[in-house]
Amino acid sequence: MSTTPSILMALAQAMQQRRIEVVDLTQTLTPEFPQISLPPEYGQCWPFRLEEVAQYDARGPSWYWNNFSCGEHTGTHFDAPIHWVSGRHLPFNSVDTIPVEHFVAPAYVIDCVAQTQADPDYLLTVDDVLAFEAAHGRIQARSWLFMRTDWSQRTDPEAYQNFDETGQHTPGPSTEAVRFLIEERDVIGFGSEAIGTDAGQGFHLKPPYPCHYLMHGSGRYGLQCLTNLHLLPPAGAVVLAAPLKIQKGSGSPLRVLALVERT
Amino acid sequence: MTRRGYDDVAVAVPVTVPYIRYSPRSAHWFVARALEDLLQASGLDKPSIDGLCLSSFTLAPDTAVGLLQHVGLSPRWLDHIPTGGASGVMAVRRAARAVQAGDADIVACIAADTNHVDTFRQTLGSFSQFARDATYPYGSGGPNSIFAFIMAHYMQKYGANREDFGHIAVAQRHNALRNPNALFKQPLTLEQYLSARPIADPIHLFDCVMPCAGAEAVLVMSSARARDLGFAHVVLRGAIERHNAFAHDPIFERGGWRVDRAELYAQAGATPAQVDFVQTYDDYPVVSMIQFEDLGFCDKGEGPAFVRSHNLQFDGTFAHNTSGGQLSSGQAGAAGGFLGLTEAVRQLTGAAEQRAVPGAQLGLVTGFGMVTYDRCLCTGALLLGAAA
Amino acid sequence: MSMPMPPPKRKNPALRTRPMHPPPAARSRIGLGLTAAAARGELALQVCQACGAHQYPPRESCCRCPSTHLKWQAQSGLGQLLAITTLSHSNDLFFRERLPWRLGMVALDVGVSVLVHLHEDVDTPNQNVRVLARLDRAGQAVLIAVPTQPSPHWQETSMMREMGCDPKHRKILITDGKSPTGQALARACVSAGAQTVWVGHAEPWKKLPGLDELAALPGVSLIPLDLTNERDVAKVSGGIGGKVDIVINNAEAHRTHGIADRAGTDAARFEMDLNYFGLLRLAQSLGPALKGRAADGPANAVAWVNVLSIYALANFPAHGTYSASKAAAYSLAQCLRAEMRPFGIRVINVFPGPVEDEWFQSLPPPKLNPDVLARAIVKALQEGTEDVYPGDVAQEWLQRWREDPKILEREIAAGDGQ
Repeated sequence: MSTTPSILMALAQAMQQRRIEVVDLTQTLTPEFPQISLPPEYGQCWPFRLEEVAQYDARGPSWYWNNFSCGEHTGTHFDAPIHWVSGRHLPFNSVDTIPVEHFVAPAYVIDCVAQTQADPDYLLTVDDVLAFEAAHGRIQARSWLFMRTDWSQRTDPEAYQNFDETGQHTPGPSTEAVRFLIEERDVIGFGSEAIGTDAGQGFHLKPPYPCHYLMHGSGRYGLQCLTNLHLLPPAGAVVLAAPLKIQKGSGSPLRVLALVERT
Repeated sequence: MTRRGYDDVAVAVPVTVPYIRYSPRSAHWFVARALEDLLQASGLDKPSIDGLCLSSFTLAPDTAVGLLQHVGLSPRWLDHIPTGGASGVMAVRRAARAVQAGDADIVACIAADTNHVDTFRQTLGSFSQFARDATYPYGSGGPNSIFAFIMAHYMQKYGANREDFGHIAVAQRHNALRNPNALFKQPLTLEQYLSARPIADPIHLFDCVMPCAGAEAVLVMSSARARDLGFAHVVLRGAIERHNAFAHDPIFERGGWRVDRAELYAQAGATPAQVDFVQTYDDYPVVSMIQFEDLGFCDKGEGPAFVRSHNLQFDGTFAHNTSGGQLSSGQAGAAGGFLGLTEAVRQLTGAAEQRAVPGAQLGLVTGFGMVTYDRCLCTGALLLGAAA
Repeated sequence: MSMPMPPPKRKNPALRTRPMHPPPAARSRIGLGLTAAAARGELALQVCQACGAHQYPPRESCCRCPSTHLKWQAQSGLGQLLAITTLSHSNDLFFRERLPWRLGMVALDVGVSVLVHLHEDVDTPNQNVRVLARLDRAGQAVLIAVPTQPSPHWQETSMMREMGCDPKHRKILITDGKSPTGQALARACVSAGAQTVWVGHAEPWKKLPGLDELAALPGVSLIPLDLTNERDVAKVSGGIGGKVDIVINNAEAHRTHGIADRAGTDAARFEMDLNYFGLLRLAQSLGPALKGRAADGPANAVAWVNVLSIYALANFPAHGTYSASKAAAYSLAQCLRAEMRPFGIRVINVFPGPVEDEWFQSLPPPKLNPDVLARAIVKALQEGTEDVYPGDVAQEWLQRWREDPKILEREIAAGDGQ
């Protein structure tokens, strides 16, 4: 019997010794956190709501608990392929049928902070990806691509949503960048700090909402309302992102955690 | 059809259970005490009382029926009259007919009420449907505001001033000082009357009666029976009652007595000038003044002049409320409707002690009561005569 | 002549807040006919259908002829003052705490004498007066005699302020300032002399025109408020609840669906969550503070207004789920009224017909202009009426509904109901 620890035991030890840190990439679920807002005649995503059931009182003397309600796409959440029309017929396309091994994957973080500060409608380009790879190496297959914009630091909901009379203005990927990431890099999915994986003005791209359309249409996933991306290295983090096992679910709020090696 | 007279009816044994401002006792106790006093003063036993007429505001949940088992009477004639200030007159009228018809031989007529600290307020709240809907919500604290309107209207229309009403109150206090049962023991001057604190102007403190606990009672029987038993007694010379009269007068300024007063005097074969004393129901001096008019002592609107030109003391030119009336004795609930009756019997049987009206032969007793909304509904009057 | 009411002095926080002791609330069943009419702002008396005699106090039988056929009919209230008194004493706590209090006896032209509260400008015997029926702080009808030509500030006397819920010098919460009605309400309350108007708004990232202009009006502050968020409601309550004198709950969700024309319950649930549960949350949270302050000086807590819909009475199928949510809110508002009334707080329910806003866009006129609706609500507050049916459509629906709700139901289904 070998005395060298198994990979998993080595991982556990490294975590205990803080050589591997756990970074929380999740926004707290509160009633104030904004949810995606569609034109009023459409069905809407529920905001997160908490209704107290008891708090050590007549409703329940020794305990405290709440009932909560929200949409599948409230807060930091996972999008499954079935969420979009382009992915509706793919196999294993809902949160309960996605192969579970897909919920653990490496993540690359592309810094678009400066560009987004200058232009909230900034679109990630293929050149941005290539420049990233020149500095940090090629994006490996079946990895997440996160667009870091520090958008999560907009704690005022109005600034986070950033609506004006022409609609929402938040950053996202260009159609070409999405195609590249799918066809040339076989990513497992795209992650954003903003309310959606697509840019706020994504309706006007071709196809409309290309990240949803093309990623889900090819059986890939989305993560949105991420935070703390500034604590991740550009490459090398491993992300755990397992949505709730909702029967035929299109997505769910979830805890997104990143394992980061500290040297 | 002419109405039958009352000549063969006697009223005897006037009883007063001493008035007390507040009592924790129930009205049942005051009824029982009045009955005990009647029996003691008359020497009769309970079975001799074969008729009972009862009036009380605070007997709930009982009425006269509940009292029978309570006090141990088995009458063959029973009446409960919830008519407050008119109940003395009305009790005697009813008892008189029972006695004349032979339905009862000796009828005890009793009015009794207790007074707890919250009795007045509680009684007001559930006095009548009209009061509940149209009076109490206005905060009027009972009949005070109603009679304020009546007094103000009367003053404005007929030129009465507060002094005129003051004379009535002051004279009654003079009389009350000679009534051991009266709750007020101090003299009252006109200045004191005028400067007293307002209640609901123009009603001031000494225009109002003081609610208290107590009882008044008499026995009614045939004159023959009264003579047989050796009771000092009075005879009933005339009696009227009228309810809800002048219902369409916008505001009260004349009462039901006006309607039937000619008949009252005709029954007695007398005129107002022959009346030796008047016991009016005096919840407020303005009501007494209106009764002077409506019972024929002066014309409508002449009340102020009448009061200014007469001395209303028991020993004056127009003896009025010789016991002090309710204004100076106190109002023991429904017993206020009997107070003038028992006083009249005392005056006419030589039992009025220090306040006797000299040579009294004929006395007038009125009844007035039951403000359900904006006026009293019940009126009545008796003419009582000394026994021959 | 009544003077305008000056702004009340600041309260001394060291003093205990007086609880409210409403005036006597008991009425007989027949006496409640007066209250039913006063709730709509009307003086009504029973009139004998056989001989035409008017009746007062309310009763079961004509005071003149044998008939028991009496019908409530609206009255002008004109009459002549018979007598005046000023109470310096009362056994009733409400009046005791507000002495001296003036009462009068009035001979109405129609031939009955009525005991009334007396406006301070009525002071001469035989003066011609008008008698109004208003709800008092017990929520029951009382009669008040006012001059036939009242002076401009006649509603600002302390007696009239006890009867009504005047916004003047009071602090008001309007739950939704984003809708046209909400904005009109904010402007109308400011015009009516409100000292403070808090205007709630949900989803601050959703910019709708008009909201920012409101904040520029004197006394107006915007506060985030989402009635679907229990914690939001608790936060607002904790912040301003102790100061709110009048709540105007106009926040609503309105979609234009019945049952068959939309799949799923999400739109209907949104309507219920805001229109019904929103009221429940807000009432649970803010109710206690209002109840405690009903006797808190001249700028006391007085009213809770719910902007419902005439469709709460009878369902309008094209907006069927909206109608149902308003019906639920109406029922709950009645529950709220029963709970608030003993504390002297008036719950005022407003039932407008279609309003000129985006969700009623497809309905033909007549539609209610939001400013007209807002003025009707302010008037209801000033007069203390508790059931308000503003506009022609609402008035007509009400009449049809009262005559026979079943017939109205069929008329609406046939498309004649709007």
